[in-house]
This record gives sequence, structure tokens and C-alpha cells, in this order.
Amino acid sequence: MKVKRIRSPIDDKIIKNLKSGDFVLITGIIYTARDLAHKKLVELINRRKNLPVDLKNAIIYYTGPTPAKPGQVIGSIGPTTSSRMDIYTPVLIRYGLKGMIGKGERSKEVLNAIKKYKSIYFATIGGTGALLSEKVIFCEPVAFQELGPEAIYKLKVKDFPAIVINDTFGNDFYRRNRN
Amino acid sequence: MREIKASDITSVVRNLCIESNIKLPDDIKHALQKSYRTETSPIAKYVIKQIIKNYEIAEKKQIPICQDTGIAVVFIELGQDVHITDGDLYTAINDGVRFGYKDGYLRKSVVSDPFTRNNTFDNTPAMIHTEIVPGNKLKITVLPKGAGAENMSVLKMLNPSTEIDDIKKIVIETVINAGANACPPVIVGIGLGGTFDTVTLLAKKSLLRQIGSYNRDPFYTELEKELLTEINKLGIGPQGFGGKTTALAVFIEQYPCHIASLPIAVNLQCHACRHTSCII
Repeated sequence: MKVKRIRSPIDDKIIKNLKSGDFVLITGIIYTARDLAHKKLVELINRRKNLPVDLKNAIIYYTGPTPAKPGQVIGSIGPTTSSRMDIYTPVLIRYGLKGMIGKGERSKEVLNAIKKYKSIYFATIGGTGALLSEKVIFCEPVAFQELGPEAIYKLKVKDFPAIVINDTFGNDFYRRNRN
Repeated sequence: MREIKASDITSVVRNLCIESNIKLPDDIKHALQKSYRTETSPIAKYVIKQIIKNYEIAEKKQIPICQDTGIAVVFIELGQDVHITDGDLYTAINDGVRFGYKDGYLRKSVVSDPFTRNNTFDNTPAMIHTEIVPGNKLKITVLPKGAGAENMSVLKMLNPSTEIDDIKKIVIETVINAGANACPPVIVGIGLGGTFDTVTLLAKKSLLRQIGSYNRDPFYTELEKELLTEINKLGIGPQGFGGKTTALAVFIEQYPCHIASLPIAVNLQCHACRHTSCII
């Protein structure tokens, strides 16, 4: 398997070079957000308020980690099902979000937004939260801490493994694999 | 009458919550290792390898296998000759969950109401299923159930005229529809018969079976085997990235039902099939 190393935040130039099925290692800053955090972000956008995180060129990782044990940066941190975020995602992509990491297929609306605004959707391996926690070198809660595991965390990751599912050319890695 | 202290139940439940979230049962480990040997595509082999590495890291570092440490499903088999002292059973269990999820650094994934959605911050309440059985023992099983696979599960009330091929179609469609959401390779728990409520419990309980065990009725043994073969021909593969291992096992549990009914429940379980039991 060919490996592409990319940095986050990402831009159009990096995204243009990524194809469905590519294996990538991500280094840089990514943000966690799941159900309730998405709901709150979209509410803020709709009310034309400032967001607590800078989504321009950002990658969001759909996850809710376990609490860190003493001496740990973060607990287990694998992906959650992306489709639950589908209803909110096109709004965030229009706002400047460039990448998403999760698991499972996306809706037509999300796929259209990915193509139109040159965004990218990655999957990482569900149920490997212990292994993925080793790729997180720094973690800081940045918003909605009252939501507990659903808060937004800023993560610094090194060589975080993922696979490109939906590229900007309309390819879908999951659909390609079905017999 | 044998006396069991509520505080002993709490302490057992606490430990089971922590242990089940950190250590994968051996039968699941073996099934994953077998899948690594049978997969041929590099991507499928890679995924299974990562899953194996993950359970090794979790056990070594004593951290959860998956960040979704689940809602605690607790099965109780209470001997009718047991008398619980110094407290009540359900409070004792919920206290155990509360302590386990705190002391084990497990994620608190329960909200107090489906609409207001405020986190209870201690992972209670547990989902408790109690059976009264003969004897003076108490068996406690904790199955932390993540939502990825749970959300893709299905319940249908069919007509008695339903053919076995229709049953197969429902199961296979459930697996296809779940795709990567359910974190394949999955375990497919099927309940057949009973009523609207009991059929789902049959499906859920089947997930506690050992991989390699089969239904005692040869008709259902055959159906389990056929379904597993057909599911693994779908090509969904580990994590939906393509491959031969879409499911590790298919378990069917059947029960008598009404002359007019044929309920079916398909409860999906991700590869992190965590459960641990203890007999007091």
C-alpha cells in the first residue's frame, strides 16, 4: 500500500492530490466533534456568531475519547459513525471545513458538498481506539466542555492513519468494494 | 437461603465493567487471528492486523479497546435461594457501573432522556435483564454495548408464511445496510420467535455465545453456517474496505411464538465483542 503523508490544516492543493483508496498519515492539528458539538456549531453559524474553533481548512475527527488515565495524553480515541453528522456537515463544509475523519458512508448531500467545495472524507479503523490514542501527542479541550465526551478537543496528531473514502472527483471507496 | 451482600454485587459489577472494556474474550481474538490468515487482500490484512494490535495495546496498557465503552447491558441469573442483604439488587448494579466507569477511565455515554440529552456523567442507568433460576448462586454478565452496531440492528414482525429465504434476505440486507457503520467484521445475533419484546432479548443474548458454538437444533445450525458463508461472500470486508471477513459468527436463538407471529430481531455486534461474567 502506497502511503501519502499530509499535514493538517489542509488546503486545495493537498486535497487535489488525494484519491479514493489512498492510505494517508496525517500530522498536525485536528479537532474532535460529534453529535451535540455539531448541533451547537451549526446553531452558532445560523445565528451568525463566532465559532469557538477555526474551521477554515480544518479537519474534524468524529470521535468522543475515553478520559485519559494519569500520564496519558488522551484515552482511547477511535472513530464514530459519520452519517449521524450528515445533517450538519454541508453547512460546515460551506463555512470552510476541509476534511472529516470517521467511519461509514455519507449522504448524497455531503458527497455533493465534498465535490462542490473541494473537501475530503477519510475513514480510520473503528474499534482501534487504544492504538489510535498513541498517535495523539497533545490534547486540549477548546469548546463545550459541559458536554463531557462530546466536547470539542484540539488534538495534535502525528502519523494518524486514515484512508480516503470520498475524494473531490466523486469516487467512493466503500461503494467500489461492494460485490 | 444463601445471603449475598449488595456491596459484593457492586464490587463484582465494577470489576466486570472495567475488565470487559479492556480485555477481549479469547474466542474473539482467535477468530480475528484466523481472519488475518484467511484474508488475501493487503487492505483487509492491514485492517485485521491493526485490530489485533489494538487489543494487544489495550491489554498491555490497561486502557479501553474502543472509545465507545458502551451502555452497560447487565444480565442477571439470580438463584431463587439467594437473599440479597444490605441493599437492593438494581441499586447495587448501578453503583457498580458508576464506580467501574469512573475508576476504569471509561467513557460516560448515557444521556438521561432521548430528547433533552443531558449526560448522566456516570454511565448509569445500566440496562438490566433479570432471570430467576434454581439454586443459590448469582451469575452476573456485563456486555458493554457500543452504539455503532446497535444502531444498525433491526426488528421485524413477519407473517408465519415467511419462507426461510426471506429470513436470510432480511439478515443479509441488515448487514449490507450496516456497512462500515457497524465496524465489521461483525457478529450477527438473531432472535426468532417469541413476542415483540422477547425476540430482541433473544438476539442480544445470542451475542454472549462462544464463537465456534452452534445452535443445538440442526436446522438452525445449518442456517447459521449458510448465513455466515453468504455474508462473507458480500465483499464488505473488515471496516467495509473489502475482503472476505464481513462477519466472524452468526448466532441464532429461537423461541415458541403466537400462531399468527414470526418475529425476527437482528442485533449486530462490532468486532470488539466485549463481555465478561462472574458467578457469586
